[in-house]
Amino acid sequence: MTIRIPQLSLVALIGPSGSGKSTFARKHFLASEVISSDACRALVADDENDQSATSDAFDVLYYIARKRLAAGRLTVVDATNVRPEDRKRLVELAREYHVLPSAIVFDLPERVCQDRNLSRPDRDFGPHVIRNQQQTMRKGLRGLEREGFRNFTVLKSVEDVEAATIERTKVWNDRREEHGPFDLIGDVHGCRDELVTLLERLGYGIGGTREAPQVTAPEGRKAVFVGDLVDRGPDSPGVLRLVMHMVGNGTAMCVPGNHDVKLQRKLAGRDVRVTHGLAETLEQLQAEPEEFKREAAKFIDALVSHYVLDDGKLVVAHAGLKQELQGRTSGRVREFALYGETTGETDEFGLPVRYDWARDYRGPAMVVYGHTPVPEAEWVNRTICIDTGCVFGGKLTALRYPEKELVSVAAAREYYAPIKPLIPAEDAMTAQAREATLLDLEDVSGKRVIETRVFRTVTIREENSIAALEVMSRFAIDPRWLVYLPPTMAPPETAKDGDLLERPQEAMAFFRQEGVASLVCEEKHMGSRAVIVLCRDAATAQRRLGIGDDGRGVLYTRTGRRFFNDRDLENALLDRLDLAMEHAGLWDELQSDWIVLDTELMPWSAKAQELLREQYAPTGAAATSALSAAGEWLAAAAARGIDVQGWQAQNASRHADATRFVDAYRHYCWSVNNLNDLKIAPFHVLASEGLMGLARDHRWHLDVAGRLAATDAALFRQTRHLYVDLADEASVAAAVQWWETLTAEGGEGMVIKPVEGLARGKRGLLQPAIKCRGREYLRIIYGPEYTEPQNLERLRQRGLRAKQSLAIREFALGIEGLQRFVDREPLYRVHECVFGVLALESEPVDVRL
Amino acid sequence: MLLSLSTTVQPATDLGYLLVKHPDRAHEVELPFGTARVFYPQADESRCTAVLMLDIDPVGLVRGRGDGEGSLSQYVNDRPYVASSFLSVALKRVFGTAMAGTSKGRQEVADAPIPLEAEIPVLRCRGGEELLRNWFEPLGYAVDVERLPLDTRFLEWGESYYVRLRLSGNVRLRDLLTHLYVLLPAIDGDKHYYVGNDEIDKLLEKGGTWLSAHPQREAIVGRYLRRHKPLVRAALARLLDDEEDEIEAQEVRKEAVEEAIERPLSLNEQRMNAVVDVLRDLGARRVVDLGCGEGRLLGLLLKDRQFEHLLGIDVSLRSLDYAAQRLHFDRMPPMQRERITLAHGALTYRDRRIEGFDAACAIEVIEHMDLPRLPAFERALFGFAKPPSVVITTPNSEYNVRFPALSAGKFRHPDHRFEWTRAEFHAWADGVAERNGYVVRYAPVGVDDPEVGPPTQMAIFTRDAA
Repeated sequence: MTIRIPQLSLVALIGPSGSGKSTFARKHFLASEVISSDACRALVADDENDQSATSDAFDVLYYIARKRLAAGRLTVVDATNVRPEDRKRLVELAREYHVLPSAIVFDLPERVCQDRNLSRPDRDFGPHVIRNQQQTMRKGLRGLEREGFRNFTVLKSVEDVEAATIERTKVWNDRREEHGPFDLIGDVHGCRDELVTLLERLGYGIGGTREAPQVTAPEGRKAVFVGDLVDRGPDSPGVLRLVMHMVGNGTAMCVPGNHDVKLQRKLAGRDVRVTHGLAETLEQLQAEPEEFKREAAKFIDALVSHYVLDDGKLVVAHAGLKQELQGRTSGRVREFALYGETTGETDEFGLPVRYDWARDYRGPAMVVYGHTPVPEAEWVNRTICIDTGCVFGGKLTALRYPEKELVSVAAAREYYAPIKPLIPAEDAMTAQAREATLLDLEDVSGKRVIETRVFRTVTIREENSIAALEVMSRFAIDPRWLVYLPPTMAPPETAKDGDLLERPQEAMAFFRQEGVASLVCEEKHMGSRAVIVLCRDAATAQRRLGIGDDGRGVLYTRTGRRFFNDRDLENALLDRLDLAMEHAGLWDELQSDWIVLDTELMPWSAKAQELLREQYAPTGAAATSALSAAGEWLAAAAARGIDVQGWQAQNASRHADATRFVDAYRHYCWSVNNLNDLKIAPFHVLASEGLMGLARDHRWHLDVAGRLAATDAALFRQTRHLYVDLADEASVAAAVQWWETLTAEGGEGMVIKPVEGLARGKRGLLQPAIKCRGREYLRIIYGPEYTEPQNLERLRQRGLRAKQSLAIREFALGIEGLQRFVDREPLYRVHECVFGVLALESEPVDVRL
Repeated sequence: MLLSLSTTVQPATDLGYLLVKHPDRAHEVELPFGTARVFYPQADESRCTAVLMLDIDPVGLVRGRGDGEGSLSQYVNDRPYVASSFLSVALKRVFGTAMAGTSKGRQEVADAPIPLEAEIPVLRCRGGEELLRNWFEPLGYAVDVERLPLDTRFLEWGESYYVRLRLSGNVRLRDLLTHLYVLLPAIDGDKHYYVGNDEIDKLLEKGGTWLSAHPQREAIVGRYLRRHKPLVRAALARLLDDEEDEIEAQEVRKEAVEEAIERPLSLNEQRMNAVVDVLRDLGARRVVDLGCGEGRLLGLLLKDRQFEHLLGIDVSLRSLDYAAQRLHFDRMPPMQRERITLAHGALTYRDRRIEGFDAACAIEVIEHMDLPRLPAFERALFGFAKPPSVVITTPNSEYNVRFPALSAGKFRHPDHRFEWTRAEFHAWADGVAERNGYVVRYAPVGVDDPEVGPPTQMAIFTRDAA
C-alpha cells in the first residue's frame, strides 16, 4: 500500500502502545523528522516511561514541532495520539503553521500489541492499558476527517504495516520546476482588448476567434495571470475564454482573484451580493451558453491560491503573500492570497484599511501580485503590485521575469469609476521613500551573517553591531544617502630591515606571488576620506534615493557623518562637481543622473581640526619645547666638562625627530577661508545608474578622475599614478623610485592596486589595494621618535593578519551594498551592508596599521 | 620629563649633598618606565642647578605589543615630554633622601629654609596661570608662568595648554620636593597608573601637614585622585580628621545650594515631575521611555504602582548599564524588578519591542537627533508603535536668553542638533498629530515667562479616537 504524504506535513502516528509506530517511523522517515513522546519523556525525566513527566514531555514535543514547522520541515509525531483531544492539539499546530495534518493509524489486533509489550521489560503496565488505548482509538476513528485529518491511512494488520510505502507528494502550489521566463499580468477585469494588445506586445500570437481563441507563446515563455480576470470591465467572458484556453494549452498559468472566486460562487448557486461589478459580468454571461458557464465555474474552482515558481525564487498570489505563508496550505493562506489582510480599521472612503504586508516583507522570494490598484507598479522590498487599474482608466501592466521589465498598455477608457481616486495625494511619498523610513531594528541588530557575491559570508558579531547602532543612529546621515562606506586598507608586510617599516617592494612582491601581472601605483592623498553622492537635481534624489527635501547630494566621511555642517559650502561644492561632470561629458557618457564618488578631501586640517589641536600640535609643541630646554642644560653641563656627550647626542636626535614630526603634520595643513582652499581628489567612481564602478579597472577610474580634474583644476586634484608591469624589473624599480621621491617631498605615500578592479589570487579575492606609507608620514602614526633604531626594531613586530582580514571583509561588504543599491534592491538590503562595514570597524585592530 | 632645582644658598654646591648626587658627575637611575638622569648645568659657590631629566620609553609606554585596541592618542601623545605623574615617581626614587628631609653631612641645611628655585620647562595645565598661582602662592612661592605656543605656523589654532613654570621661594628643600610631588601630577591631571585606595595613603603621607591647611585642598585632592568621587571623599575625610558622613552631609548641602543657583538642575526635576503627573493623569499603566538615559524618569515612575510595566530604551549601552546601577537592579525585589526592562535600541529604526504600550515618552530626546532624521522617528513611533499617548519635551530656545551662562546663539548642550522656539515645536508637533491621527496639546515646564515662555516645552499627544 502506498501512503501519500504532502512534502510539508504534520504526520500524526496513531496507535496504542506496542502497535509498531516507532519501528515504522524509523523505517520510513529520517530520525530527525520523528519526535517521539517517549524520547521527550527521557529528555526531561531520564526515563522514557515516567508517566509523571508526560506533561513536560509534551511541552518539549510541541516546542520542537513548532520550530520544525516554522522552518518548513516535515514532522512526524510519534505518540499514541489515541484520544481526540491529543489529536486536536496537533491539528491546531498544523493550522498554526499552515501545513496539512496527516494521520497514519495502526489499528492492529490487540494480541500483537500485548505480545510486543510483554517482550519489553521496561513496559511493565498491565494489559488493560493497551485494551483501553485501543478502544479509545477505535471510537474516534470515524471522526478523524472531521477533526481535520483529510489525509489519513489505516493499517489493519502486521502485513499492511510491512507492505506500506510512503510517497511524499508535492503540494499544489509548488511549481518550483517551472523556470519561466514568465510574463506576469496584472488584474484584467474584463478588459479583453487591452489584454490582447498587451499579449501581442509581449510577443504572443493571438489567433482564432473570441469564442475559440488560438494563442501561441513566444519561445519558452509563459504568461502568469495574478487573478481578477472578471467584473467591472466590458468583456469578462471574453477574457475568461482567452485565459482558459491559454491555461489549457500550457501557454499560461493563473491564480484566482477575489472577483473570480465570487463569480464562481454565484455560478455555483451560492448567495453572494451582486456588487463591485459582478452585475456587469452576470449580464455579459447571459449571452453565453450554459456549457461555458459550467466550464468557467469549474476552471475557477480548480485554480490554486498561489504558486511558488522557479526554485522558490518567485511567488505569485493575487493579493500577495507574506513569507511565512508561501508554499503553505491552509484556509488562511488562501484568504490572504485572495484578499490580503486588513487592520480592522476603515479609511475616509469607508474601505477597509489594508495591512501593508509588503512594507514589512523581508523574504528572499520575489512576490508579484495585484488586487490593489496603484498608479504605477513600484518595487517595495522584493514585492511588486502590477494592478495598475486598467478598468478604472489606468493601464494593464505586465512584468517580464526574470528581466524585471514592465510593459504596459493604457486603458482605452475608464470602464468603471473607482470609489477611491487612483492618483495619490500630491505629498504622498514614493514607495521607495516610504519604505526607506522604515528600517527595522531587526534589519541590523544582533549577530548577522551577510552573503557577499564577491567573497564569502561575512559575519557581524553582536557586540560590534551594538557599537555600530550607537554611531549610526547618533551621528550618521540619513541611511538613504548612505549607500557605501569605504573599507579600511592594509599596509604591506613589514620591511625586515633598514630604516623603514613600509616599502612598495613588499606590496609588489605580494601581488606578484598571487599571480597579478599589472599594478597601478596611485599617490596617496593625505586629507580626509569623503564619499560624494550627487544627483542632477533634488527630484532625482527623491526618485532614485527616496530622499525627500534634503538637497541634491551629500558629502560624508568614512564613518557616515556629514562632512560639512555648512550647507551652503556643501551645496557650492556639489554644484561645482555637477558642472565639472557636465563639462567633462560624464553625465552623458555614464547615462546616469546620479553618481557616487570616492574621494579624498584636503587639507587634512579641514576636517581633523580637533585632532590637530588636541593631539598632534600639542605633542609637537611639548616635544620641541622640552627637548630644546634639555638640550640647553645638557650643553651647559658639557661645557663644565661633565661627561654627558652621549646624552647630548641622543637628545639632539630626539629633538630632530620632534621637529620632523611637526613638519610632517604641517605638510597636510593649510588655512581654509573659502571653497577654493579645498581640494578634492576623486579616485573611484563607486556607482552610477546601472553601473557598479568597483568592478571596473583602475585605468577607467583614473581616466574619469583625470577628466574631472582637467575641467576644474581649482577644486579637483589629479591623482598622480604610475602603471607597473611586474614582469619588467625596470618598471618595478621605477615605482620604488617614484615612491621615494613622493615621500621625500613629504607625501603620505602610495596605494598599490591590481589594475583590474576585482583581482583574484590563489585563494580567492585579493586585497584590492595596499598602502605604502612614507617614513615621515608614519611619525604621525607611530609617534615622533619611532625612527630611533631601538624603537623601529620593536615596531617591526606588528601583526597584520587581523587588519588584512578586516580590509577584505569590509571591501566585500562595500561592494555587496553598492551592487544591491545599483540593482535597486530594497533599502534594508543596502543598509545591512553599510551598517556591517561600520560594525566591523569596531573590531579591535591595531589602529596604527 | 624635565625639571631643574637651583639654590643660591652659600655655598650653593651644598645642593649636591642634599640631593645625594655629586655635581661633577652624570647620574643615571633605571626606572620601570625609562631612565632618570641627573646632571648639573651649573655648580659653583654662588649658584647650583641640578636637572632631573626623565627619558620615558614611548614605545614601551604602550602596554604589551600594542596590537590591541585603543585610539591613536595612545601612541602619539605628550606623555614623554611633560612633567606628569612619571616625574613624581622619578622625584621620589631619585631624590628620596632629600624628600625625606635627611642629610648625612648637611642636616642643618636640609632643615632650614633656603633660597630655592624650581623650573619646569613643559607642564600641561588646563587650569591656566590662575590655578598655578592659587596653588603655589599660599605655599610661599613667587610664581612665574610663561604660556607656550601651540603651533606658530597656525596661530588660528589657539594657544596650547603648556606652560613653562618657574617657582622661587625661601623654603626647605624637602617641602619644595613634596609640593612638586603632589601638585605636578594634580596639575597635569593624568595618572599613568591605576588610581586606587593606596593613592590616598600616598597623598596623606606627602601632603598631610600642609595640604590640610591649603585653601585649595578640595581642588587639589580632587585632581590628584582624578575626580574619583568616593576616593576624594574618603581622602578629604582622613585629611581633615573628619567623619565621612559629615563630608557627605557637607557635599549634600553644597549641592542643594548649587541646585538653587543652577536652574537647569532643578529644571530637570521639574521636567520629570511634570511628565510623571501627565502620565498619571493619562491613566497609563505600561510606559516606554525612549532615550531613557540613566533612568531618572523610570526611577520616579517605579515609585508609583499605577505604572505596571516600564521599558527604557537607549542607544548608549553605557547609559543603560548606569541606569541599571542607579536603579539598583541587583537588589531590587523580584516583584519590582519584573516591572521594568531596559533595552538597547535606536529611535530611528522601527522597533517592535516598543509596541503595545499605553504611553511613550521622549524626554529631551528629539533635539539630539539630526533634523532630517525626525521623520524616521515619527514613523517608528507614531506610525508603527502608535501608543495611545505620547509625551515629548524639548528645550524652548526662546528662553535661552534667560540663562546668563549661555552665550547668544549657543545651544544648552553640545550634542543638541537644534533647539526650537515654541512656534517651531508647535509646527512640528501639529504636523505629527495631523499626519498620524493624534490630537496634541502643549504644557509649559518650569516658570512660564510672560515674554519668552517656559524653559522647557512639552507636547502631549493622544490618539484620536474618531
